Amino acid sequence: MEQKMIEMQGLTKHYGSKIAVNGLNLSICQGEIFGLLGPNGAGKTTTILMLLGLTEPTAGRAFIEGLDCTRNPVAVKSIAGYMPDNIGFYPDLTGRQNLRFTGRLNGLAESVIEQRIEQLLERVGMKEYGDQKTGTYSKGMKQRLGIADVLMKDPRVIIMDEPTLGIDPEGMRELLTLMRELSREDGRTLLISSHQLYQIQQICDRVGIFVSGRLIACGKIAELGRQVNQEGGNLDEIYRLYFEKAGQSDENDRNKK
Amino acid sequence: MKTIAIKSKAEKMPRTAEKVMHVSGSTGLKALFRKELADHLRSRRFLIILVLIYATCFASLYGALSGFSDAVANDSNFLFLKLYTTSGESIPSFMTFIALLGPFLGLTLGFDAINSERSTGTLNRLVAQTIYRDSIIIGKFLAGGAVILIMVFSMGILIGAVGMLSTGLVPQAEEIGRIFFFLLFTVIYIAFWLALSILFSVFCRHSATSALAVISLWIFFALFMSLIADIIANIVYPVDDYYNSVMNAVSNYTLEQNLNRISPYYLYSEAVSTIMSPSVRSVNVVTVDQLVGAISGYLSLGQSLLLVWPHLVGLIALMLVSFGGSYVGFMRQEIRSS
Repeated sequence: MEQKMIEMQGLTKHYGSKIAVNGLNLSICQGEIFGLLGPNGAGKTTTILMLLGLTEPTAGRAFIEGLDCTRNPVAVKSIAGYMPDNIGFYPDLTGRQNLRFTGRLNGLAESVIEQRIEQLLERVGMKEYGDQKTGTYSKGMKQRLGIADVLMKDPRVIIMDEPTLGIDPEGMRELLTLMRELSREDGRTLLISSHQLYQIQQICDRVGIFVSGRLIACGKIAELGRQVNQEGGNLDEIYRLYFEKAGQSDENDRNKK
Repeated sequence: MKTIAIKSKAEKMPRTAEKVMHVSGSTGLKALFRKELADHLRSRRFLIILVLIYATCFASLYGALSGFSDAVANDSNFLFLKLYTTSGESIPSFMTFIALLGPFLGLTLGFDAINSERSTGTLNRLVAQTIYRDSIIIGKFLAGGAVILIMVFSMGILIGAVGMLSTGLVPQAEEIGRIFFFLLFTVIYIAFWLALSILFSVFCRHSATSALAVISLWIFFALFMSLIADIIANIVYPVDDYYNSVMNAVSNYTLEQNLNRISPYYLYSEAVSTIMSPSVRSVNVVTVDQLVGAISGYLSLGQSLLLVWPHLVGLIALMLVSFGGSYVGFMRQEIRSS
């Protein structure tokens, strides 16, 4: 059995009477790319915030590499990188300055910071834009700089929230290639949340389908297809079927009441 | 970006995380403090306020010098302090100007501290770094405080220097001490406004809202608080007829003064005018009875400070309460991209 990098045990979050995440049990192994799929407002971002210790779960626990995410957020954040959706940079600073600041925040030595900035800008194809102010960047460029930013602290776990949102097809292909590399070559664990199924399908080892706070299916794409008799079907179809099933059971629940 | 795959194979990231990463509270705080300070000093906003405050500071100095001969004729002791406290014709003194404009400095440094980071999406990236969350807000407050400290002291010393050159006066040791405490009070007073504006920036989503909220408080304390104190004191202790005015005069005045002291503007003004005028012997109402047999003279610096000790404690408390509020609010907030 491979080492478990991320583990959630009955993770639950309530906002007032609204249940954002409901008893989530999930483990993700080292080097895996896991896709967390679900519609908007399904609780994906809330789950990620709990993993990083940025919000407290109402019940349940989460661990990254055995560290409790709620009790020990700083240690968790030192091994896990987070790329939020709508990633922002200080518009008055250049790309390099933004990365340098991130490096300093993480307590890296200055020589390591400079070395990494060059490597990472090269890696994400932003070398020639490194000295431009990030206020002038396009969405795609920000996204690429965002990946460089996450990699500054050399995390073993990378959590990305909607990384594919608003990127053109060419940029998307490059992004997916890069994500695959991060997992296959560097051996990092990736957790990607998205509602864009087609892209996720191409790179994920496993996916979890997440609807209104509950994980209704989890496994390899082919396995999920088999469960709903969609042999070799694409994720879109599988997702739709699951989603309908979930909707029906919700309706049944309501009818019972 | 086709070449990425080849490049990254050639140069893998060195796995040195364990060696170079020191997770400690101070690392992030230092980096944040440095960045915030640099941001403040480089920003156009800071330049504008610098020009504004320096302009008013020289205007007040000009006013003081033009009214100087009258002031000297009245009282020829502690002349150097008069550079700061004398108002010329229609130009208020430096002390009055700072009491009025100081809040503006604090406000510009802090009103968008948190909410602008939230709206540009840098805040959730920031909290995901290997830092304690409180170092963000502490770093911002300390950086703003450092800017205030530098600005107030440089301004105070500049006034002294220009005054020295133009009048030929040389300050005595006690005057230097008094000016030092005056500037220290000013730093704390402005830091209170900084803390207050950070408080609003934590709770208001838009920076315009937080700016307006602080500006309205500033105007309220500077202009309307004294009116309200007056009205309340007159309701509680009426002084409308002869009998009432005899019976209630002291209580009326004391209540009004105490109500006014809720306002940091009044608190600060009262404290610094006591420090800067050694002839002020009491900050409360004094009856004729108490003055019988008193020898008119100056208080020593220590005695003046003793008079305004409660003011100092009050200002520090106001500052800490505002900062504490923003600290707690920020720590409890959930930060997600909007």
